[in-house]
Amino acid sequence: MTAIVDLDGVTFAYGDTVAVSDVSLTVEEGDFLGLIGPNGSGKTTLLHLMLGLHEPDAGTVELFGRPVDEFDDGGRIGYVSQKATSRGGSMPVTVRECVTMGRFAHAGRGRLSEADRAAVADAIETVGIGDLADRLVTELSGGQKQRAYIARALASDADLLALDEPTVGVDAESRDAFYALLDDLNDDGITIILIEHDIGVVTDRANRIACINTELYHHGDTESFVESDALAEAYGATGQVVHHHH
Amino acid sequence: MSETTTPDGEETPSANARPERGLRRTIELAGIGVTGAVAVGMLGFLLLYWAQDLPVASGLYAGFRSLGRGMDAAFGTNVFRHPIMWQSMSVGVLVGVVAPLVGSFLVHREMALIGETLAHTAFAGVAIGILVNASTGWDGSLLLVALVVGILGALAVQWLTERTDAYGDVPIAIMLSGSFAVGTLIVSYGRGLTAINIEGYLFGNLAVVTAEGARLMGALSLVVVAGVALTYKQLLFITFDEQAARVAQLNVTGYNTLLVVLTAVVVVGAMQVLGVILVAAMLVVPVAAASQVARSFREATYLSVIFGQLSVLGGFAVSIGLGLPSGGSIVVTAIAVYLSTIALSGFSVTAVSAHG
Repeated sequence: MTAIVDLDGVTFAYGDTVAVSDVSLTVEEGDFLGLIGPNGSGKTTLLHLMLGLHEPDAGTVELFGRPVDEFDDGGRIGYVSQKATSRGGSMPVTVRECVTMGRFAHAGRGRLSEADRAAVADAIETVGIGDLADRLVTELSGGQKQRAYIARALASDADLLALDEPTVGVDAESRDAFYALLDDLNDDGITIILIEHDIGVVTDRANRIACINTELYHHGDTESFVESDALAEAYGATGQVVHHHH
Repeated sequence: MSETTTPDGEETPSANARPERGLRRTIELAGIGVTGAVAVGMLGFLLLYWAQDLPVASGLYAGFRSLGRGMDAAFGTNVFRHPIMWQSMSVGVLVGVVAPLVGSFLVHREMALIGETLAHTAFAGVAIGILVNASTGWDGSLLLVALVVGILGALAVQWLTERTDAYGDVPIAIMLSGSFAVGTLIVSYGRGLTAINIEGYLFGNLAVVTAEGARLMGALSLVVVAGVALTYKQLLFITFDEQAARVAQLNVTGYNTLLVVLTAVVVVGAMQVLGVILVAAMLVVPVAAASQVARSFREATYLSVIFGQLSVLGGFAVSIGLGLPSGGSIVVTAIAVYLSTIALSGFSVTAVSAHG
């Protein structure tokens, strides 16, 4: 087992507000990690730290065994941000153009090759939106958009998929189909880190859970999480009502 | 640029490509081809005008002049025989290509205000140029000074946007009016020293274009087209999804800086015919029109350049025909194009749904 992401004593603050405090955790190859915690608990910040979008104030972050600021193989990570799906935007970009962006890290400054185009077509088929390839992303439903972004990650041959609340605003049926797709990808060996507000979904799908509220309350396999008090402790810390449904 | 068309213009691999898509693509490529040819012709004119005293060029240049006289005779005008008019038209045509090209990324990054800001910064640059010329006796190009100040302004804007998050447009708005205020102060201080036509820079005037300014625009256009062509993929990715581009290890800050610097370059060139106040319109309006009807980003880029060119040529026709300022004529024409794309997209939406 190789560590895909390795955090050691990571702390990060926005000005005086500490968002993530002394978090150490490791994501192994093939893991499906559910990252949960109440609103404003630092989930997204922690994910950003893992991906090198923020620099930690203290502690170290390693991606694929290298310090995150030296990591340069962008094609290995597929990232779907919270903004990516909620942004309205009027930019006319087709599904094919969006998925093709996944090849840019490989193509560098050169032109795209036939192999690049084939990888794009494959990725679009894999997520089942072949008939939408020439449609504008802005015209897609929430679930279809998610698939387009996943296809972009697949096109880049990513070993790691990082998803930040990917199913906000997606209807229940598409959501189930979407998580089934994630399961399949995980079975194929792709490591997944998923931020999700619906704890039921996470405990059903993920094999590892990290529960945080600024500090790490639990990190381990899903069974031990369900039996532990970590959830109540983490959510109780901000006094929020817990909707926990299996 | 090197896009090739198959004889039937149909090469889309998608299974459900409708027949009109091939036709549409052919028309677009033809439009781009014509625009490109006109732009290259104008660059050629600038080159000949510059080198008219050299042996080979002088013959070609004479040919150009007689073509102009022929056009005047054909249209019953007194325009095309004057090299100075060709010079202005060259600048206009090149602006019509490069402004929408850069604007395609700027608009969708919601950075349209930055174009406006850089125009006002460049105005301060012109004012500084006037002052430097008057006080030191150096008779360098005002536009060159404006270019330097514009690029410095672009770097300052980039620095501001990197460091301010939610209210990023406030410091930029302050910079917009601030640099314009400084410009007006310098101009009125320097007014006694020179007799420069500052209104030309404010509202755009075909007569403001100097041979030097036109040549500068020619060179800058090549830089901008090459810059966008070489970084199209990266600019597209960053414009569409900046965070994902960062995760893919693209140098987002570097490309952002490149984009604002290219914008400053375009703005300084375009200022001559459009004027400081109207220059941002060419970055924005053709792109907005193209976004109404485009079915992909590549198509939007092509269409925005075509619409930009239509606006410039139509605007020149209005300006010359009715004796009105070029800047306003071009912008009003651009807005007319925009309104017609809205009408058109309204129609095509119903047409598509009628097809089922």
